Amino acid sequence: MISSSSISVRTAAVGVSLLACACLFASYTGSTTARASTPTGQTGEVLEYASPVELLYSLDRKQLYVLCQGGGEVRVLDSSTYAEIRRVPVGRAPRGLSLSPKGDRLYAANSWDDTLSVIDTRSLNVTATWPVSAEPSSVVSDRQGKYLYVANRISNDVAVLNAQTGSEEKRLAAGRGASYITPSPDGSKLYVTHVYPNPAPHRAAPDSEITVIDTARAVVADRIALLGIAHGFHIAFSADGRLGAAAGLHPRNLIPLAHVEHAGAFTDTLTLFGADIGTPVELPLDELERYSVRPFGVAITSDKSRIFVTCEGSEEVTVIDVPRLLRYVHAHPGSHANDLSASGNYVNARIPVGHDPRGVLLVKGGAQLLVANRLDDTISVIDTRTNKQTSTIPLAGPKQISVLRNGERTFYTARYSFQGQIGCANCHIDSTFDGLQWDLEPDGFGRDIVDNRPIEAIKDTEPYKWNGGNPNLPTECGPRTEKFFWRADNYDDLTLTDLVVYIRSLPPRPNRWRLPGGELTAAQERGKALFERGTDKFGKPIPEINRCNYCHSGPKGTNQKSFDVGTKKVTDDSGLLDTPQLINIAITGPYLHDGSAQTLEQIWTIFNPEDKHGRTNDLTKDELNDLIEYLRTR
Amino acid sequence: MKALLKIATVALLASLPAAFITAQSAVIAPKIHKTAAGSARLQPPSMPRFRFENFTTANGLPDDHVFSVLVDGNRIWAATENGLGLYENGRWKTFGTKDGLAHRAVLSLALDKRTGDVWAGTMGGLSRISGGRIDTFNQLNSGLSNDVVYGVSIEGGHVWTATAAGASVLDLRTNQWSLYNERNTPMNEIWVYGVSATPSKVYYAVWGSGVLEYDQQKKTWDKYDDPDGETEMVLFKDQGLIHEITTSVSYMEKDHILWVATYFGDSRYDGRYWHNFLTKDSGLPSNFTNVIKGVDANHAWFGTDKGLAYYDGTNWAVYRPSLTTGKPEMTVRDRNGNVTPVEVTTAPAHNYVLGIDFQGSDIWVATAKGLSHGIHQP
Repeated sequence: MISSSSISVRTAAVGVSLLACACLFASYTGSTTARASTPTGQTGEVLEYASPVELLYSLDRKQLYVLCQGGGEVRVLDSSTYAEIRRVPVGRAPRGLSLSPKGDRLYAANSWDDTLSVIDTRSLNVTATWPVSAEPSSVVSDRQGKYLYVANRISNDVAVLNAQTGSEEKRLAAGRGASYITPSPDGSKLYVTHVYPNPAPHRAAPDSEITVIDTARAVVADRIALLGIAHGFHIAFSADGRLGAAAGLHPRNLIPLAHVEHAGAFTDTLTLFGADIGTPVELPLDELERYSVRPFGVAITSDKSRIFVTCEGSEEVTVIDVPRLLRYVHAHPGSHANDLSASGNYVNARIPVGHDPRGVLLVKGGAQLLVANRLDDTISVIDTRTNKQTSTIPLAGPKQISVLRNGERTFYTARYSFQGQIGCANCHIDSTFDGLQWDLEPDGFGRDIVDNRPIEAIKDTEPYKWNGGNPNLPTECGPRTEKFFWRADNYDDLTLTDLVVYIRSLPPRPNRWRLPGGELTAAQERGKALFERGTDKFGKPIPEINRCNYCHSGPKGTNQKSFDVGTKKVTDDSGLLDTPQLINIAITGPYLHDGSAQTLEQIWTIFNPEDKHGRTNDLTKDELNDLIEYLRTR
Repeated sequence: MKALLKIATVALLASLPAAFITAQSAVIAPKIHKTAAGSARLQPPSMPRFRFENFTTANGLPDDHVFSVLVDGNRIWAATENGLGLYENGRWKTFGTKDGLAHRAVLSLALDKRTGDVWAGTMGGLSRISGGRIDTFNQLNSGLSNDVVYGVSIEGGHVWTATAAGASVLDLRTNQWSLYNERNTPMNEIWVYGVSATPSKVYYAVWGSGVLEYDQQKKTWDKYDDPDGETEMVLFKDQGLIHEITTSVSYMEKDHILWVATYFGDSRYDGRYWHNFLTKDSGLPSNFTNVIKGVDANHAWFGTDKGLAYYDGTNWAVYRPSLTTGKPEMTVRDRNGNVTPVEVTTAPAHNYVLGIDFQGSDIWVATAKGLSHGIHQP
């Protein structure tokens, strides 16, 4: 594990002026390369790190497959020596990995290519690349090898593919942000978790779900409600199938953050379900001053004695004593997400590991736990009897820590916040958004509610904040974050620089509504004409300020100015709002500054009665649909 | 003319067994055959017989006014005026607006056989019931053209809806809505009542604008009208639709046969020839037909305001409470127009039939006053 102290010592030496230079330079390079801060041990080069996220054994347990997001590859290691045998290139940003029932095929879900890579496990070559839907994040075969199930994060569904040909048979409606699929031990059911909350009424507590798929019929059989949980991650089952545990993030976004500074803006939880539990219950992993920030990977020992949970932000593995957990559950019926004294009844240990730990794998009969440390390029080996990390397996790759890498680590860690409760990635899941609205400032309950804006392609869209109050990212990520989020001492100057450079480097996700050649469909063309029109349907000129393409101009769809578009609520101090960028607007709902429009349509069908948010009330429903089809291409 | 008719009637009577008495001329009304005591009974054509079990609010149905019924394996969905009912394991469960349903009044139902999802058209939008979760699409939060969804049909990855303001199609892969109305189809009126979608063709029953046909391959629209215009007369028998006020369509893709219901009689279209069904020359109990459901090229069910009817290509059967006594009644009309009563002890809950679906050889019937399960009798 790389010590944080080396970074802090290193970064403390450089001042604010360098930060400003870094930002200025980065803004002119037009690329993701950052060359501003190059202290000892740190490089401004764009380096290709392995960034391991998932681990898997071959059926004969002789090989360890490591899914590496950074280079877009599966690394095959000898499972006894951990020596690298082969690197198998797959697609961009692979997120899911699984084996066919016979073990002869390895599937990788490439989230930014919208493809599946099919790898022959004997030759270790990619034998097929199948197109799938939007942002595939997990892939699992049924026991018979008839169907493959692919969780699509952006299209919010699970595609059912013919396992032999890859052709899509159908799609099952999942929850929002469908991401991780776990089969039950007998294979009869698949359990799907979601990284974004399901659509809900404005200012309602967020909910997600576990979508349960019946593999015999390939249909959705049930949905386990995850009340109050906005973001779900991995699930694990006990070998007898009687206990399921789902990692989740439970935000408290309905009350001012100022009021939760001592009790967590989030609770990091496990939802337990199955025959051992009865009605599903949600239990906290956190305790005061010891937070299990962003639980991600889950593993249950075959003897059902312990549950291991990787915690991205707190950079640890939380260990749970299952018998004690079950006793607690049965003695204290119901969920206890807000009771930070609960975890003392079942959390056995918190084992420090590397930066941003993700996937886990129990090996050697449960005697060891392997943990993929995404931002360390290492695999931690934990002795599960002693709950100690006994060794670290380094994956081949750059040893230097680049500006971007350090910035990314800073983004994902929780170490800077008060009591280590949260990190940037708590609200920007996988460097995106969270679909939530927050009451950030201590200005009274329910005042100035703000929707969390996405940060992809955020470069050159300043100012920031809905009120445009932050002129640049160093202000947004520095003092503002210190004041409103961390409530603790913030970054040293160079760490802030690295963080800002990382955030400015975030590219937009591929747009799924554009045709491959970039041309527009007929509906999109009609919508574009409406977006750019200068006269309404009655032939009257539309004032420039009331045309779509005036405020939403430029390649990112913002002229970076503030306007009052008539969306001020009685709880808002001002109606003057920064013009948000339109990048990937189709997937970033809800909309408007306070998230009151659940869909793009509602912006105009409900919240634009006086045509202040563009001249739209002369449009027919067909035309409004066309306008939205065009917006989806942005 | 009257003399000729009389001669013909006498001749016809002479040719029939003495046991039968023709009550009225076959041209004007069905001939009711009564069995004379002590004479040989002439067996009517074999037509399906049912024992009807009826559901009302008294035994758990959400509301007695049932607009549509959908069979989903062992589960029965009932679209009622006051909620969506689900009958499973002998018990009714009701879904309402508090569960996320778009509106309490549910008008239409469709099953996505691939995914198991149920789609419900309501007076306030379109709802998808999937694994217990209800998602709602309406004219404010989606591209749906109108909140009054009279009809819904699933084909592949598309949801075809018939609304009070044209047709709306949702592409489930892209979430794109396509609207069809007077601006881009030959739809004279936009009050769309029924839809039947298949991979090759999609048919719409447009209230006041006949039948619209969408060719899925060519992506073109065609239109079928009443050849005598909007009159209620049938001047051109078997030359087209009976009337422009169509209420229901049912396309048998395998057989390339379209069944069409109107308030003035029904039709069968084979792609070239039309055949019209009217009470005066068929076993249809009423020209006022709410719903039509084809079984295949030659078999279809009709839901009218005067009972449930079945046509097997030659003969007709009618199932209803008697129009005069209210007692259960089944009649069979043969190819010659002879109508024979069949002794039954049960009938659909009401004569005003709004919905029909099949469960194996059983039938489910939605009526204005209850839901009926017709259990097939061997």
